[in-house]
Amino acid sequence: MGQLLSFTDKGIFCEQGDFYIDPWRPVKNAIITHGHSDHSRLGHTNYLTHTDSTPILKHRLGTISVEGIKYRESFFKNGVKVSLHPAGHILGSAQVRVEHKGEVWVASGDYKTGPDPVAEAFEPVKCHTFITECTFGLPVFRWPAEKSVIEEVESWWRSNIQQNKVSLLCAYALGKAQRVLSLIDPTIGPIYVHGAVHSINAIHRDGGFLEEDFPYLSNSIDKESLRDALIVAPPSAAGSTWANKLKPLSVAMASGWMLLRGSKRRRNVDRGFILSDHADWDGLNAAIKETGAENIICTHGYTDQYAEWLRYIGYNAYTEKTLFEGESIDENVAKE
Amino acid sequence: MKHFVDLFESLDQTTKTNERVSSLVHYLDKVNDQDKLWTIALLSGKRPKRAVNSSHMKEWAAEIAGIPMSLFEETYHVVGDMAETISLLISNDQSLIEKSLSEWMGEVIALKGESDEVKKTFVTNVWKKVNRRERFVFNKLIGGSFRVGVSQKTMVKALAKYTEIEESELAHRLMGNWTPETHSYDELILTRTGTEDHSKPYPFFLAYPLDETSDFTANPKVWIAERKWDGIRGQLIKRNDEIYIWTRGEELVTDKYPELLQFDLPNGVALDGEILAYKNGKPLGFNDLQKRIGRKTVAKKLLQDIPVVFLSYDLMEMDGNDIRQDALVSRRDRLKKLVEEVNHQSLLFSEEVAFQNEEDISSERENARHYQTEGLMIKRRDSTYQVGRKRGDWWKWKVEPLVIDAVLIYAMRGHGRRANLFTDYTFAVWNEGELVPFTKAYSGLTDQEFRQVDRFVRNNLIEKFGPVRSVKPELVFEIAFEGIAESSRHKSGIALRFPRMSRWRKDKVPEEANSLSDLKSLLKSYG
Repeated sequence: MGQLLSFTDKGIFCEQGDFYIDPWRPVKNAIITHGHSDHSRLGHTNYLTHTDSTPILKHRLGTISVEGIKYRESFFKNGVKVSLHPAGHILGSAQVRVEHKGEVWVASGDYKTGPDPVAEAFEPVKCHTFITECTFGLPVFRWPAEKSVIEEVESWWRSNIQQNKVSLLCAYALGKAQRVLSLIDPTIGPIYVHGAVHSINAIHRDGGFLEEDFPYLSNSIDKESLRDALIVAPPSAAGSTWANKLKPLSVAMASGWMLLRGSKRRRNVDRGFILSDHADWDGLNAAIKETGAENIICTHGYTDQYAEWLRYIGYNAYTEKTLFEGESIDENVAKE
Repeated sequence: MKHFVDLFESLDQTTKTNERVSSLVHYLDKVNDQDKLWTIALLSGKRPKRAVNSSHMKEWAAEIAGIPMSLFEETYHVVGDMAETISLLISNDQSLIEKSLSEWMGEVIALKGESDEVKKTFVTNVWKKVNRRERFVFNKLIGGSFRVGVSQKTMVKALAKYTEIEESELAHRLMGNWTPETHSYDELILTRTGTEDHSKPYPFFLAYPLDETSDFTANPKVWIAERKWDGIRGQLIKRNDEIYIWTRGEELVTDKYPELLQFDLPNGVALDGEILAYKNGKPLGFNDLQKRIGRKTVAKKLLQDIPVVFLSYDLMEMDGNDIRQDALVSRRDRLKKLVEEVNHQSLLFSEEVAFQNEEDISSERENARHYQTEGLMIKRRDSTYQVGRKRGDWWKWKVEPLVIDAVLIYAMRGHGRRANLFTDYTFAVWNEGELVPFTKAYSGLTDQEFRQVDRFVRNNLIEKFGPVRSVKPELVFEIAFEGIAESSRHKSGIALRFPRMSRWRKDKVPEEANSLSDLKSLLKSYG
């Protein structure tokens, strides 16, 4: 018998329980941590995920056989005890806790430790082996308070209104868009959303996670009435012909990468807001400490550097190659 | 320093010249004269010598952040900027010190010559007491380069708008040897360029690459052509019995070229031309000149092996009068006469290249390498001598580059907007079944191509040597370069001038790349 979870060319595999976690090739049983496209792929026979993730998966993947369970609700599969725990990343995002003969592993998918009005807060789960992302696993990545970032967005929006410019805010359609929409002061001006954001908003509204129905930007809307508007769209909208039609406009990007001058300049946006759905350096370190785990497996992001750091402070840490992408700066992947 | 930090950020946030000019004007309006002068100095590259060396800064920052040096280095390679890395690593974000830019500069200058302990105490104390934005700018002030992407032109434009003094006059006032310690804002900016500073050079007139807006082939009679010499652009001045030699980078290099002090110029002249390595009646390669550039004192042997000349092509001042508004041909006539009168082997005149039609001149351009030149300069006969880079009267027409197909074998992360992206590559050609590295190249691809190569590098790593990654030899690029020379410093035995990626040869497999013997034959023809 090998390890409780192993890394194969199809994904993270539990041989004893005969299931995969976020597999990247078609398998029979897939447990899905959350609805971003690099974690939930097409072609599996049976999907299991958090109840709040099921409509997201159906929206993205079409007709699939999917079962939803609640956080902390456990079941047994061939002697392996499985349960899901909040990861704080996006709506329905979960860490997968796997236990067999007293040994506990947690695969955390993507997670963040900071607040989010839409996602249930990250819950530290005691385990022996913790599988972590490290998208922002370098000591320069430390997020400013969410509140101050939102205030910056609001003042950017206000100053655009003064200059008669449309405000276009680019944020992942699934997760970050809803987070911003829930936090921003809606009295500043009208808010519209891109079609991709609109359909994900609908799922959030159905579950009671988003109150307002922000109208989507259709061609019939008079351009003049957009002058004081905020438009929320996926990152691929920046620089697109769709966006150019809105000119004069100010384009902003909400992403953890906006912390770095270089990436901000590379994206060539007018403003960058530091807002990420991933744990920052302090978040990663705190989360790992709280699991009490001795063994840490780094799967995506700055894996080599972060594993080396973990070894430096005394963990048994190593890396495994996966096809997870974390928060991407250069690809215009809208992870709907 | 709050105003300066705000200025720095607003300049950093836009690439539009007009917005930058208005940020600068807004800033100049708010700060005192001493701060204005420091800002002008910093933005025109006149910064004091680095007071604290960067390896110390790295160590101190790593120590405060509680991380090992190896992690600091890795992080630095991702961020791509030392000042920024340090500003992000240290956690204080409160602003507890309020000093003006000139007060800061005074303290930074005073650090020079202090012990490492004193420097460490000063620097780390500041780090912990200023916020992230201030820390970033402070690091820029004490460390390496201070570049904000604001050109001299933009700065002069803003200053002109603020002071209501003409741009060309301001550009002239800002030339030469001054620092905020030796001059006041009043003296430098607000007083007319007079005779008080005999060394002061004129701003150089720079050419744009030739494009279709020039009518020169349709109307050859109003243009002259000259060779584009491959040396360093320089200005040779004699006033009050003193000679001053300036480079285009406004470096005073008089002492580096003793050959140019041997001839007898009249007082009150300023010549524009090329400092050129030259022997036995013809130019040597730029590679040879490079051996002279770095030397402050020149050994006898080097003087014999690589003598330089001043190859003059324009005259800005004669008999103490500014003649920049005269027509080019008239300036050149006077220059030619002057050179003939001086009659010395180290002062030459750049002759016209005669041409009747497009065919003539194109073949002269193609011959450029034969004369050790970069191509041709095309200048309007009646053009005045203008300030800075201007379109219309002067054009440079470079020879087509040489090219070779090479295989990408190593990659490193870039800096600035390419930080965290593998954009710095090493290329190899074949030699007896092996790939031998022969050049690096960093430019020439579009952002999208860089992203594709970056992705390839990440997925095809073989080995890691510090920041360098060896990658699977699979991608072929056409490398373009201006010149080729023998070099003992490189394993391949050759050195290229201005190498860059001109094309991604997706149509080629690595086996189809060129070989070292192809390079050697280029060396034979053009080296």
